[in-house]
Amino acid sequence: MTKPQTISVTKPIVEDLPSEKFDELEAFIDNMETTKGALIEILHKAQDIFGYLPRDVQLYVARKLGIPGAEVYGVVSFYSYFTTKPGGKHTLSVCMGTACFVRGADKVIEKLKEKLGVESNEITEDGLFTLKDVRCIGACGLAPVVTVGDKVYGRVKEEDIDDIIKAYRG
Amino acid sequence: MKIKSLEELRKIREEHQEKVSLRDHGEVTGDRIEILIGMATCGISSGARETLNAFVEELKKEKIDNVKVVPVGCIGYCHSEPTVQVNVPGHKPVLYGKVKANKVHEIVEKHIKGGTPVARLELEIDFERA
Amino acid sequence: MAKTRTNIMVCGGTGCLATESDKVMKNLEVIIKARGYADEVQVIRTGCFGFCEQGPIVKIEPDNVFYVKVGPKDAKDIVDEHIVKGRRVERLLYEEPVEKEKVNKQEDMPFYKKQVRVALRNCGLINPEDIYEYVALGGYEALGKAITEMTQDQVIDIVKKSGLRGRGGGGFPTGLKWEITKKNESDVKFIICNADEGDPGAFMDRSILEGDPHSVLEAMAIGAYAIGADKGIIYIRAEYPLAISRLNTAIKQARELGLLGKNIFGTDFSFDIDLKYGAGAFVCGEETALINSCEGKRGEPNYKPPYPAEEGYWGHPTCVNNVETFANIPPIINRGPEWFASMGTEKSKGTKVFALAGKINNVGLVEVPMGITLREIIFEIGGGIPKGKRFKAVQTGGPSGGVITEEGLDTPIDYDSLLERGSMMGSGGMIIMDEDDNMVNIAKFYLEFTMDEACGRCNTGRIGTKRLYEMLHKITSGKARMADLDALKQLAYMVKDSSLCGLCQTAPNPVISTMKHFWDEYLAFIKDEGHPQGEGRYTPKNKIGMKS
Repeated sequence: MTKPQTISVTKPIVEDLPSEKFDELEAFIDNMETTKGALIEILHKAQDIFGYLPRDVQLYVARKLGIPGAEVYGVVSFYSYFTTKPGGKHTLSVCMGTACFVRGADKVIEKLKEKLGVESNEITEDGLFTLKDVRCIGACGLAPVVTVGDKVYGRVKEEDIDDIIKAYRG
Repeated sequence: MKIKSLEELRKIREEHQEKVSLRDHGEVTGDRIEILIGMATCGISSGARETLNAFVEELKKEKIDNVKVVPVGCIGYCHSEPTVQVNVPGHKPVLYGKVKANKVHEIVEKHIKGGTPVARLELEIDFERA
Repeated sequence: MAKTRTNIMVCGGTGCLATESDKVMKNLEVIIKARGYADEVQVIRTGCFGFCEQGPIVKIEPDNVFYVKVGPKDAKDIVDEHIVKGRRVERLLYEEPVEKEKVNKQEDMPFYKKQVRVALRNCGLINPEDIYEYVALGGYEALGKAITEMTQDQVIDIVKKSGLRGRGGGGFPTGLKWEITKKNESDVKFIICNADEGDPGAFMDRSILEGDPHSVLEAMAIGAYAIGADKGIIYIRAEYPLAISRLNTAIKQARELGLLGKNIFGTDFSFDIDLKYGAGAFVCGEETALINSCEGKRGEPNYKPPYPAEEGYWGHPTCVNNVETFANIPPIINRGPEWFASMGTEKSKGTKVFALAGKINNVGLVEVPMGITLREIIFEIGGGIPKGKRFKAVQTGGPSGGVITEEGLDTPIDYDSLLERGSMMGSGGMIIMDEDDNMVNIAKFYLEFTMDEACGRCNTGRIGTKRLYEMLHKITSGKARMADLDALKQLAYMVKDSSLCGLCQTAPNPVISTMKHFWDEYLAFIKDEGHPQGEGRYTPKNKIGMKS
C-alpha cells in the first residue's frame, strides 16, 4: 500500500499543473458512457496524463464526478499502483517476487538504497531515479531482476549495481 | 464477416488448417519452414524481441523467403528464455533455448540453410499437449 | 514436391538404430515402392521419440498411430495392412504393462504423461494475436456446440461431471458455482474472470492470457450461456500490459467474427466482455474484494454471505472464476467430462499448472496431472537443486501456504492432501528452497508481503500481520527471547482464526508451518540463556488459540 501522505486543506495550490492536461482528462471523462463504477479507470487515465496523482488532480476528479474528495483519496491510497508523488527521470525497479527474493533481491535493494541514499518509493536528490520495490515481473528465470524503464537487468549481483547506476548518471 | 453457425466455424477451421498443421506434428510436406518465438513478458524481458528482429534481418539478408517467423506465447521454460522452435516439414519440431540475438546467425546458417539442427542449443520437449 | 498423403516416421535415434531401425526403414521404402505408393507415402527418419525402451518406433501420420518394437520383418505388414488396407497392425501397438489395453496414440502412453498440457495447450504453439490460428486448432468449437446443441443444464452437468475445481486456490467445484449462479433468478447476471494474479512467484495466468487469450474468452462465453449472463468482465492487473494488449486484440477479433456480441452462432444468445484494470492490491484476488474494485471502490472484502452468486456486481448474481479454470473449459466440452476426470485423483480431477522458482534447475511452468508427487515435479521435471545442494523445503500456495519438507515429498498432490500437510494448493506457485535458505527469513518475507497487502478492513488483519512481522523482525535481529516465540505462535493462530477473509486467515500459515518444521532455526536466533529450560527444549505453555 502507498504510505500515508499529508494533504493540507489550507495549503495553497503550489503544484504547477498545466491546464491542457486537465482538459485532456475532462475530455476523457466526458466521453465515457457512464461514470458509474469508473473511478479506478479514470484514475488510471489521470496518472497516465500527469504521471502521478497530486492533490489537485484528486480533487478535480472528485468534483467532476460529484463525490467526496475523501472517497477519491481512499481509493488512491488503497492501491499501490497509484502514486501521489512525481517520479524521477528513471524508475529503478527491483523485483521482489519470491523467486528473486530467494536469489538475493533483498541484498540488491539494500545496496541500491545505500548507493542512492533513498528508501523505496523515493526520488533521488538529483531527480534522476525513483527507487521502487515491485511485485513479480515474471522474469523468474533471470532472478534477481532489476529494471530501469524498459531495460531489464538479469542475475544482478551487488557488485553490478555501480555499473547500472553509472549507465544513467553518465 | 460474422460466423453464423457451427458449420461456418468448421469451414473457417478447414481453410486455416495449413496455418497450424506444421506446428502440431511437424509431418506435413512442402518447403515452408516456421520459426516460433516465445514472446510473453518473460521471453521479451530476456531478449526475445531482439531475437525476433535478428531472425527477420538475417532471413532478409540471406534472401530466404520460405520461412515464417511467428510470435507465440511462452511454453514455460523460464530457465532457458528466449525459446525458439523451428519446424521443418517432415521433421520433428526442434526447440532451442537461450537464443539471444547472437545465436541467430548460427541457427539460420546450420539449421535453416544446412538442415542440421544446432544440437548444442537444443532443449528436450518434456510435455504433451491435450 | 509430390503430394504425400501419409508419412511414415521411423525413429533414427541411437537407441532405435541399435535395434535395427535402419533396416526397418529400408524395408519400408522397398515395399512401398514395390506396391506403387512411392508418390503418396513418404518414409522419414526422425529424431528420438524418447521411448527407446520400446524401440524401434514407427509412427504413421496423419493417423497418429504409434507402433513399437517394429522388426525389419514387420515392414511388410505395416505397408500391406495399414497403408494399403487402412487397418492397424494390432500386434505392434503399444501395450500398457498393467491394464493390457492397447493404445496407439502417442498422447495415451504413460511414459509421456509426466506433463500434460490442458490449460496451456496452445501456449507457445499459436500466434495469440491471430484468431484464425486458434480456430484452426479447434477453437470456438466448444462454444458453438454448447450454445447450439446443448441446454444450459447440460453444459453445467458436463462441467460438474468433469470434477473441475477452482484453480485460483480455493478449489470450489466450478460446475456447482455455475449451477448456484444459474438458480438465482435475475434479469441481469455477470460472469467475471479473475486475472488479478497477485501471488509473488506465480505467473501461469499471465502465460495463458499472453499465449492463448481466446481460450479464456471462449470459456467465459460458455460460462455466461450456462448461468444466463450476457455481460462479462475480465479483471486484470494493470501490471500486465502485454496481457492487456493481447486480450484487447483478441476481444476485437472475436467481435469481428461475431463470436462475441449479439446473436452468437445465429442463436438468441448475446454476450460481450469488458476489461477492468486492477491497481495493485493482492486482496483483490478475493472475489468480494474483486467485485468492489470492479465497481471502482477500495478493494476490500465483504462479509459472506451473501455470496456473489446471490448478490455480486452491482447487486446482481455474479460468477467469478479464475483464468486457469476457464482455460480448462473448452477441452472439457470438446473431449467430454470423462476424459478430464480420467486424470488426477479421486477428489481433484484434471491437471494443474505450477510455477517452479527459487533454487531449482528448471525454473518455469509445468502442467501435471493432479496426484503426481512433489518429488516427481521437483526432481524429475524440475531437474533438482542447482550446484548439488540439498533440498530443504518447498513453499506451495504462495504467501497463504506453508512449507513442505523432505518427508512430504512423496505425497500425491491435490487440494486436500496439501491442506492436510498444513499448506495449500493456492494458485500454483512453488518456491523451492535449499540448505542455504533460512526459514525464519522466508516466513518474514511472506509476512512483509501480507502486511503490505492487508487491506485494513479487519483488526486482526490490519494490526495482527504487522505485529507478526515485527516479531519476526525482532527474532531475526537476534533480540528476541523465548517468550517472544510463544507470543508469535499465539498471535499466529489468533490472526488465522479471527480475520475477515482468506487473505489474512491464511497469512500466518508460513509462520505456523515453519515453526512446526524448523523450530531449530527459530531457536538459533534466541539468546535467552537465563531461561529455565534453556535452548531447544522450550515448549509453549499458553495454549490459547492453538489448534494443532
